[in-house]
Amino acid sequence: MTERRVEEERRGFSRRAFLQGAGGVAAASSLTEAVHAAQDPASEVQRMRGPEEVELRVNGGTLPATVEPRTTLLDALRHRVDPPLTGTKLVCGEGACGACTVLVDGRPMYACMLLAADVVGREIRTVEGLADGDGLSPVQEAFCEKDGLMCGFCTPGFLMSATGLLERKPDADAEEVRRALSGNFCRCGTQPHIFEAVAEAGRRLREGGR
Amino acid sequence: MKSFELVRPRTLDQAVTELAAGGAMPLAGGQDLLGELKEHLADPERVVDLKRLEGLDGIDVDGEGNLTVGALVTLTALEEDPRVRERFPVLAEAAASVGSVQIRNAGTVGGNLCQRPRCWYYRTEDTPCLKRGGTECFSYAGKSKYNAILGGGPSYIVHPSDVAPALRVLDAELELRGPGGERRVPVADFFTLPSEGDVLKENVLEPGEIVTRVRVPALRGTWRSGYEKFRERDSYDWALASVAAALRVDAGRVVEARLCMGGVAPIPWRVAKAEQALLGPLRDESAWTAAGREMVRGAEPLEHNGYKVPLARAMIVKTLRRLTT
Repeated sequence: MTERRVEEERRGFSRRAFLQGAGGVAAASSLTEAVHAAQDPASEVQRMRGPEEVELRVNGGTLPATVEPRTTLLDALRHRVDPPLTGTKLVCGEGACGACTVLVDGRPMYACMLLAADVVGREIRTVEGLADGDGLSPVQEAFCEKDGLMCGFCTPGFLMSATGLLERKPDADAEEVRRALSGNFCRCGTQPHIFEAVAEAGRRLREGGR
Repeated sequence: MKSFELVRPRTLDQAVTELAAGGAMPLAGGQDLLGELKEHLADPERVVDLKRLEGLDGIDVDGEGNLTVGALVTLTALEEDPRVRERFPVLAEAAASVGSVQIRNAGTVGGNLCQRPRCWYYRTEDTPCLKRGGTECFSYAGKSKYNAILGGGPSYIVHPSDVAPALRVLDAELELRGPGGERRVPVADFFTLPSEGDVLKENVLEPGEIVTRVRVPALRGTWRSGYEKFRERDSYDWALASVAAALRVDAGRVVEARLCMGGVAPIPWRVAKAEQALLGPLRDESAWTAAGREMVRGAEPLEHNGYKVPLARAMIVKTLRRLTT
């Protein structure tokens, strides 16, 4: 990632802090407007010119977030919801590494390559939504048991890609698993363990795990 | 990313009006556009989100077998559609070869056709190359490993689309909509060589004009088709060379052949003489070799991409061997 983009990411963060401090009332009224606009059946062109409060559907709940037109879903998750959802990682920032993979309506996508305003109304799932309280999901459990990580930074992305695959196709064969995970990179080289983990998770899901 | 206004039209008329007003770029899946915005290759004042336009996200096969694909159909939807897989395997395979799962889940057919070049000089903010209004194609004297061996000059980009070569061998047409109304353009006439058209563009789209649908005529008779793609990195990547092929077979003979390559030229590269070389017995290795030879005839490799000439020939043989086995 270029220095300029790191700088942009940092600026986005301070803006959030500012809005949290100063914009409570204004944000609440613009939220009402946004909801009305979303329900308006008139076929008018909608325009988003600056920061607006939107509601993101994340992990089964609804989260308010103040986003600009240019705010990516990744930026919104990590810096613009409260509490921040930092399980989704920023690495390359250009759709090349998979660390920011989330599920959008059940399908894995790169959160760094989606505009937050563009996924309002769609069901987003992040790594924070996999576990049920202290109970890990079958995919998470299998990653632990099969040692499917080393430094762990790519792990949330791999978990989401694997979950996206197995929820659609719990009987995915080895080739399908490799293909489904080919958009995620692990620089530590743990892929063989990850493939084993996903195969094991698939077995458990087929045998009636949740 | 610089700030921009996000505009969401509901109708095609609204969309093309917004786009034609200048300073605007269309957004569909965003898998190419967001990269352009982040790297400051494009700094539009307005981004026009096309995803709320109705009727552009469907795949339809009519009673005669003609296929229509809306520009907003995702590559995943195209890849998974059972009718496309059965009737137009070359198109399903090409869609499946694009990027990664994540990119195919978001990326659209229209976006894949209209994506900008991947040449690293083009993609680097600090090198204002010919494609970005500069005066020089840096690949000519620079690092040319991924650039064109055919049809190059004055720019040596290769067109990055996998869907385009597949549509080219299916003799598809694109439905375009712009401020001046609707028109249909064969895929054969959609992409432009840098020497023929505006070097800043890769296609005939006018300002404010967008691709709305892809129309693929039914294949009559018995056809075999497929897409083979060679990548430097096998997990996912753009093509170093790819081959889309479609053969009509009758009584053990190839009676019609269509061949188009990706990754070797600024446009999908189809050569009539290569296709003619394939007519005859179904499995004829000498015909495959002849087709490969015709396909790269006139190739002018740059300093670092000479390997693409034998690669292109080998990919043609590989594709034809698979389709005739």
